Amino acid sequence: MQYFVQQLINGLTLGSIYGLIAIGYTMVYGIIGMINFAHGDIFMVGAFTALIVFLILGALFYSVPVVIALLVMMIVAMLLTSLYNWTIEKVAYRPLRGSFRLAPLITAIGMSIALSNFVQVTQGPRNKPIPPMVSKVYNIEGVSVSLKQIVIVIVTALLLALFWYLVNKTSLGRAQRACEQDRKMAALLGIDVDRTISITFVMGAALAAVAGTLFLMYYGVIAFSDGFTPGVKAFTAAVLGGIGSLPGAVLGGLMIGFIESMWSAYFSIDYKDVAAFSILAIVLIFLPSGILGRPEVEKV
Amino acid sequence: MAVTTSPERDIVATPMQRATREALYAGAIALGLFVLFIGLRTDQNISNELILVQRWWLLAVVVVLTMAGRFLYVAYGQPFLANQKIVDVATGLLPESMAARFFRLPYFIAAIVTVAVLVFLAGSLDGLLGPGLAGYARFLRALAIIYALASVMFYFRTFIHAHFSALGITALALYPIIVVLVLALYGGSVAAGFQGSLKWVDNYGIQILIYVMLAWGLNIVVGLAGLLDLGYVAFYAVGAYAYALLGTQYGLSFWILLPAAGAMAAFWGVLLGFPVLRLRGDYLAIVTLAFGEIIRLVLINWREVTNGSAGISGIPKVTFFGLMTFNVSDPNYVAKVLDIATSSAYYKIFLYYLILGLCLLTAFVTIRLRRMPVGRAWEALREDEIACRSLGINTTTTKLTAFATGAMFGGFAGSFFAARQGFVSPESFIFLESAIILAIVVLGGMGSLVGIAVAAMVMIGGTEVLRELDFLKQVFGPDFTPELYRMLLFGMAMVIVMLWKPRGFVGSREPTAFLKESRAVSGSFTKEGHG
Repeated sequence: MQYFVQQLINGLTLGSIYGLIAIGYTMVYGIIGMINFAHGDIFMVGAFTALIVFLILGALFYSVPVVIALLVMMIVAMLLTSLYNWTIEKVAYRPLRGSFRLAPLITAIGMSIALSNFVQVTQGPRNKPIPPMVSKVYNIEGVSVSLKQIVIVIVTALLLALFWYLVNKTSLGRAQRACEQDRKMAALLGIDVDRTISITFVMGAALAAVAGTLFLMYYGVIAFSDGFTPGVKAFTAAVLGGIGSLPGAVLGGLMIGFIESMWSAYFSIDYKDVAAFSILAIVLIFLPSGILGRPEVEKV
Repeated sequence: MAVTTSPERDIVATPMQRATREALYAGAIALGLFVLFIGLRTDQNISNELILVQRWWLLAVVVVLTMAGRFLYVAYGQPFLANQKIVDVATGLLPESMAARFFRLPYFIAAIVTVAVLVFLAGSLDGLLGPGLAGYARFLRALAIIYALASVMFYFRTFIHAHFSALGITALALYPIIVVLVLALYGGSVAAGFQGSLKWVDNYGIQILIYVMLAWGLNIVVGLAGLLDLGYVAFYAVGAYAYALLGTQYGLSFWILLPAAGAMAAFWGVLLGFPVLRLRGDYLAIVTLAFGEIIRLVLINWREVTNGSAGISGIPKVTFFGLMTFNVSDPNYVAKVLDIATSSAYYKIFLYYLILGLCLLTAFVTIRLRRMPVGRAWEALREDEIACRSLGINTTTTKLTAFATGAMFGGFAGSFFAARQGFVSPESFIFLESAIILAIVVLGGMGSLVGIAVAAMVMIGGTEVLRELDFLKQVFGPDFTPELYRMLLFGMAMVIVMLWKPRGFVGSREPTAFLKESRAVSGSFTKEGHG
């Protein structure tokens, strides 16, 4: 039982990170119907920015309280990563809006390759380890919960609450939902569609940057190629939950996190990704539009 | 109504002012993007801790270059491109096209003379100019050769356009012979010709043709049937491992295993096809991607059979239809049988013709299938699935045959790849490969065999050329390795080509089935990939 609860906590931590990335995928998909393949690498850029900020803080000040360091890392990562995603949208996706469906997908893949190799060229191909920032571990009735995990879950919960408020209660969120339903009609009603889409990319990137910072704090290491696997899993999570649905993305992220930690605990750690992908395939056979997704209505 | 923009600014702004403004914006954005990544570099010190190395000069250079580029583009590039489309008032004609101005007879003659002089001096270049300048001279020579070839192609463009397939196939068939002949003349002996041809036949010829074949195979799934497949590399892996395992364990010949590998890959294609039949568009994309990853992960983790990440080595070479082999120690080694000098180039040249044959087979089957009911059903499925179903086409079997046929060619290419490398490991079958193949299909203009071949040549050949740019070491110092920038440039090229030609190199469609006459349809009237 304790073992099970332990895995549940590990899964929750992983799932939170996946959920944060998955929101970026699902929002972009919802609003312009494209798979933003570069999102995984945006996450990696966020983690790398956090790493560099961490090193700058270490070089400039003798000692910084961990809370402040994390906060600064997160904010700088959010700002710079948003700038990356904003630029990419402007340069690579916007000119192709209204072109055929595969065109932006190809530029997204191209951007993903370019981003990860840009980081490789500028920062070197090696793994970049940092000393552990938070190392406290609580032991509650035989279940060990590290402070890192608590931080991750709390930060994710806070962000999701903020994000829920943004999407559901503000005029910005209303504009986003309107664009998602019908872009042309939204434009006729005076919504600046281009701006709304840009903001969507910025929001997705900001969440991915937080996920990157948390990832760096949790694992303590990042490399230029680390964007792909979490990116694909987060995308899997978004599809599993029903792409386009925001609660679905979080739910999918948590599910992937649980599947992974349970599978590696009870079966084999080698095949944890295989398990996650296989469950995706099985779920989609029975629910072709994901768990919370709206079935696609086809008009002739 | 509140006017939020200030109209006077846009009216007053001259192109120069606008360009300055845009350049400043671009500089600010570049500064933001690059300040941490180029301005600082994370490095390990002796005690393995991360430290920051400052590179503010590099950052300044990059930002200034970005600003200059943006300035030039807005101030001169954009007006120039706009003027290209406007009829001249005085003459009533469109301005001379850029290509016609670029390829001129005097320039052509100058290029030929440059090439001749530099080839003549080839041996003594180092002595005459010193090693630094000699690098530039060699680069200049390569540029001049490319320019001369391009001019010839430009002057004969109507002829080339009319006979493209025949000319292309002839050129491909003669390519190794020409390479060997040219290098033999240049090097002064036949042996030198064969030795020098290794790189050109292997790195350029075979490498590009493998991608052409893969892209043509994927074209059946994506271009004809409109099913977005992001895990095509899985079938490539199945074919490669089928040959690697059966060849090393049971000693079976390539000629038996080639069809077997194709059949196995086709079987996996059907296996993947069944669960995803109900999925559409992007759901299909993610499941195929997941499938590709599953295959790769199984190859890594099923160590008892696949030897894990270490891969399988010692894969037997292809034999010359069982008559001759390419192993020097064998009694029927090709050089012994034919009584010629030993060289490793024979095998490469043989492999070149083998992959060329496989490519042509793929093209032939594709062209033939398009005229058959199943091919027409694929194209109908791509254009409109509902209409397709209401006309009585069985979409299940149509999709499955598309998956199986595409996968089969992937399997062929895979077993060829294993035979060529002599070694396979899961490293060769990562998602990036799928992405590259898909990019080639889309960049070529989906469904167009010629366009796809051109795209493969440009993208794969282009990245290979980067390996040749050794002279850059003299510019940027000996630590500079152009190979590092290969994939960065590849990714950027994908974006740029897509922005420049969103419909691919060949953006029009020739319908296979027509009532009275065949009329090319502009790509913008067709839809595709709705799975």
